[in-house]
Amino acid sequence: MMETGVKMETQREMKGASQVLAVITSLGLAFAIGCGGSSASHTNTVVTTGANVQPITVNAGPAGNYSNGAFTSVTVCAPGTTTCQTIDGVLVDTGSSGLRLLSSALTGVTLTQQKSVNGNPVVECLPFVSGYTWGPVQTGDVQMAGEKASSVPIQVISATDYTVPTACSNQGTAEETLADLGANGILGVGLWAQDCGEACVTTGTTNPNLYFECPASGCIVVGEALSQQVPNPVGLFASDNNGVIIQLPAASSPEATLTGSLVFGIGTQSNNALGSATKYANDTFGNFVTTYKGQTYSSSFLDSGSNGIFFLTAAIAAIPDCADANYFYCPTSTLNLSAVNQGAGGVGSGTVNFSVANADSLFNNNPNDTVLGGLAGPNTLSGFDWGLPFFYGRDVYTALEGKSTPLGSGPYWAY
Amino acid sequence: MSAFRLHAINRFLRREHWGFPALMILASAVLLSLPAFAGLGDDASSVQADQAHMQAALRSTQTATYTVHEITAPTGTIVREYVSAAGKVFGVAWQGPWRPDMRQILSNYFENYRQASQAQVNSHAGRRPLVIQQPELVLESGGHMRSFMGRAYIPALLPAGVSAETIQ
Repeated sequence: MMETGVKMETQREMKGASQVLAVITSLGLAFAIGCGGSSASHTNTVVTTGANVQPITVNAGPAGNYSNGAFTSVTVCAPGTTTCQTIDGVLVDTGSSGLRLLSSALTGVTLTQQKSVNGNPVVECLPFVSGYTWGPVQTGDVQMAGEKASSVPIQVISATDYTVPTACSNQGTAEETLADLGANGILGVGLWAQDCGEACVTTGTTNPNLYFECPASGCIVVGEALSQQVPNPVGLFASDNNGVIIQLPAASSPEATLTGSLVFGIGTQSNNALGSATKYANDTFGNFVTTYKGQTYSSSFLDSGSNGIFFLTAAIAAIPDCADANYFYCPTSTLNLSAVNQGAGGVGSGTVNFSVANADSLFNNNPNDTVLGGLAGPNTLSGFDWGLPFFYGRDVYTALEGKSTPLGSGPYWAY
Repeated sequence: MSAFRLHAINRFLRREHWGFPALMILASAVLLSLPAFAGLGDDASSVQADQAHMQAALRSTQTATYTVHEITAPTGTIVREYVSAAGKVFGVAWQGPWRPDMRQILSNYFENYRQASQAQVNSHAGRRPLVIQQPELVLESGGHMRSFMGRAYIPALLPAGVSAETIQ
């Protein structure tokens, strides 16, 4: 199917300039020798041993219907005890920071409710692009591989414990069940040390309304110290705490599952060196620039928690949306495209080859496959969302805010 | 009308760059009837309601066929509201570290947004940008933690000759 797509694309482009033809043909050759997805010319070696190596798997997830989701298991313990529960099916997300677990999955351990200075329970409203998660902030110890972080604030996603205030419900749809999330939780291992940061420390007009205290009379916005906010738990590990590497093998065609590693630390052990990876600096919003067909898109980012490559709109990309699921692209044949990523301030630059397959064909022809490297769809016009297909065949480094690494202080990406 | 809103309107009227007549008319309209809730699809006066709600600074730019009101909230989030010559908000766009109050800026289209996002979650599992394409509402919401962006517009209210891509 992939080769047919390449040929058809080549024929279409033949009507254009011969220079374009030369580029497409060389891409076609690259695909013909067996590479594919968004990682045409990349090969990598997945590290599988070490106390800092946590296995991850791309599969259908605990709801059984996920595509392009990287899942892992997380052990949480009542603080300072050996009363623990290991929760699997937690989505690995470089697009957010913080551990969020469905209360329905957290059945074997009781965490400690965080209280405000007024003695009221602290509850969080965390905005995601498609809605929000709501639930209490509770403290637990977090273990993954041989790493441990003590007394970590965690968001326990729950619809029922506290009534959602309008300042939160005005965000849109609550993502509060396994069906909503497609996961038992989200492990945010992104660029930021905490989910909110300085903006949430004090109340007032600059506060974005993430943290609430909830007396019986109802929930109101509360100032939340950085140390109390839900953090990227990796930053609280005793060592290997300056970031993560996500390693997934290449996926040249749809596959049922894919096994890789979430490696803790960057340049802290013999198994997590930067090697030949290029650093891509991010701006203050956590974005870099992607240039595509001569246009620059300045709010672009790497996000293992997005399940495709999302860019432009059908009108601007000149790629049709799918008729039934118009949030994916459905070109008549697979498109092999390229873009250039450039880090903020010009730190890091490189070409990315990626493919856009017909999403309807992907789903219909591969009903048992969850690894769909050609899945893509529309986005805003502000940037490219390089989701999990970008990670296939690459080692992607996410360096944590405020931590030192061999390539300087985080935050930054490298791949 | 609450004291808070009156205070916001007074601040608004004192701003020097409101000198040109069209906006003074707008401002007068606000004093006559400030909608309790306002945004997409509402009258131009809703722009000031949004500004007051967000406790924000406002800057306006006029073209031949529409006016863009750019509202910058203290959280750093920028909302642009596109108002046609007929006085209707036909599009909104946002960008910043946090998402604006979506009920405020989508107004009567908030439920379309909420229900469409819920339906998508339940039809194809997987986290991704939210793209809604309905005859009455087009909406795109993307980004990630500390960087949210998007836009929404009403196709039927797009002024003649104005491309949807103008809204961003």
